[in-house]
Amino acid sequence: MSALEYFNETHQMVRATVRKFVEKEILPHVDDWEEAGEFPRELYGKAAEAGILSINAPEQFGGTGEDVFMKVAACEELVRCSSGGLCASLGSLDIGLPPVWKWGSEAMKEKVIPEVIGGEKISALAITEPNGGSDVANLRTRAVRDGDHYVVNGSKTFITSGVRADYYTVAVRTGDKGYGGISLLLVEKGTPGFTVGRKLKKMGWWASDTAELFFEDCRVPVENLIGPENGGFYCIMSNFQMERLILAVTANSTAQLALDECLRYVKEREAFGRPLAGFQVTRHKLAEMATDIKASTEFTYRVAAKIAAGENCVLDVSMAKNVATRCADRVTYDAVQLFGGSGYMRGTIVERLYRDNRILSIGGGTHEIMNEVIAKQMGL
Amino acid sequence: MKVLVPIKRVVDYNVKVRVKADNTGVDLANVKMAMNPFCEIAVEEAVRLKEKGVVTEIVAVSIGPKTAQEQLRTAMALGADRSILVETDEDVQPLGIAKALKAIVDEEKPELVILGKQAIDGDNNQTGQMLAALTGMPQGTFASEVNVADGKVKVTREIDGGLQTVELTLPAVVTTDLRLNEPRYASLPNIMKAKKKPLDTKTAADLGVDLTPRVTTVSVEAPAERQAGIIVGSVDELVEKLKNEAKVI
Repeated sequence: MSALEYFNETHQMVRATVRKFVEKEILPHVDDWEEAGEFPRELYGKAAEAGILSINAPEQFGGTGEDVFMKVAACEELVRCSSGGLCASLGSLDIGLPPVWKWGSEAMKEKVIPEVIGGEKISALAITEPNGGSDVANLRTRAVRDGDHYVVNGSKTFITSGVRADYYTVAVRTGDKGYGGISLLLVEKGTPGFTVGRKLKKMGWWASDTAELFFEDCRVPVENLIGPENGGFYCIMSNFQMERLILAVTANSTAQLALDECLRYVKEREAFGRPLAGFQVTRHKLAEMATDIKASTEFTYRVAAKIAAGENCVLDVSMAKNVATRCADRVTYDAVQLFGGSGYMRGTIVERLYRDNRILSIGGGTHEIMNEVIAKQMGL
Repeated sequence: MKVLVPIKRVVDYNVKVRVKADNTGVDLANVKMAMNPFCEIAVEEAVRLKEKGVVTEIVAVSIGPKTAQEQLRTAMALGADRSILVETDEDVQPLGIAKALKAIVDEEKPELVILGKQAIDGDNNQTGQMLAALTGMPQGTFASEVNVADGKVKVTREIDGGLQTVELTLPAVVTTDLRLNEPRYASLPNIMKAKKKPLDTKTAADLGVDLTPRVTTVSVEAPAERQAGIIVGSVDELVEKLKNEAKVI
């Protein structure tokens, strides 16, 4: 491995495994799953068997241990399946589970981690509420201590894997107003007073199950508290760092896939008597797309390397997410444009990428919230 | 029972290769490399034999550059127990490889050697046959089914016009065809375990083998680009074009 390389030999092998997994287990069915609006639950089991769900999880519970670039490599390959929704739901454990292994009790870790990385149970993260997503510090779902339980009342929305999850890592208000009164609770499917609403219909991410969650006098045992009471805001913010990195990687990979589709198409498609690639305007457009993707990807890798080295990257990762999602916005837009009418038709990969990409500058912290974070770091 | 699986590092089958500007060969600079797909099938078959309890140890071996360690590591992630790299920067050719493999066979004394019928770089389809000749072992090439029992291996071979089954007395050489099995992908836990499995490095000199190429490549040309087809209106028109334009009938 040269000093300029971020990916080592193990990462390359993991990349090859995920690529084969995508080719064998996902690509033959992905169009059907997209139209059906879901993928079979068994895919979690298959992904677990390949070890794909165990990346970054602690070794004593069957995980690979923390390895940022292994995650990056796996994510890049998974995006090649061309369904953002599938990636989001299959990967919901990436945001739901880390709080458990970082701040959960030993008993909770022993129970939850092996089941989730083993593909038997699904983990989801629930923060956004009907009246606010970006304003985490003012969330309203309440958890009031009553003996050895918390009594939870409120609701959550836009929760990825919300329909099928078994374990929900839920942000609740246990204390006063503001960020100092927030905690994380692990809520199990089937807990009395906890119900899952209908599956929400979305612009993109069709293959993912997104839902509303309702809590009505839902009694959750106090041992399900993740991290310190009223200390949840820090956990949520800390969890965001990896989520935002993965969103940046997803955006870059989405853009790369759109570009690859274009490169194939412009050689085949003819207009005015020659292939589209024969026009300078097309070639330059593709050159611009490739340049943007390269710049964004290299920046994202740099931020990933800093995270891997243990540096605090709040500023950098926020910038990387914005750079990557802006890049993917442009590239997926241009890809549809290059495909013309075909690009507007369902069944064309760039059509799906265009829709699926739109969420990436909204979820995990909007473009505007990222700018707020950046501005704050600039002393503004 | 020990099985030896020779594997080769080649250009990844997804890569569209380009001929070097000076026509001396295929451009390998910054090209993604991988295990030859027929070798993957060989590894898979060995692993399945081990899972059935027929084989106790799988040794992977490669003759090639230092970077071929990556493919050996992959073989170990798929289930090989240990591996040997015969390191060389020569442009290795089938006879040289077969001689090196014979030396390894003499050392390791495997009861079965399973290897790909050919590598997708040179498409030579010679190494297995040459190894069998050099070692005096019986050979079952182009295997689509392999059964080991009672000191014998039954090999179903894909030949022109059908299938042929041969029975060989062990030790034997088997080369794999495309339909023998569908190789698995290495699971992450096995990739981790592979890091700790032993990988020995040897040189051609250690084995007393000369790997110098015997065949010289004069020139490498890219195949002519395929022309677009046309749709004909009738059989008559087709016959007319085949006769007068294509001049093939």
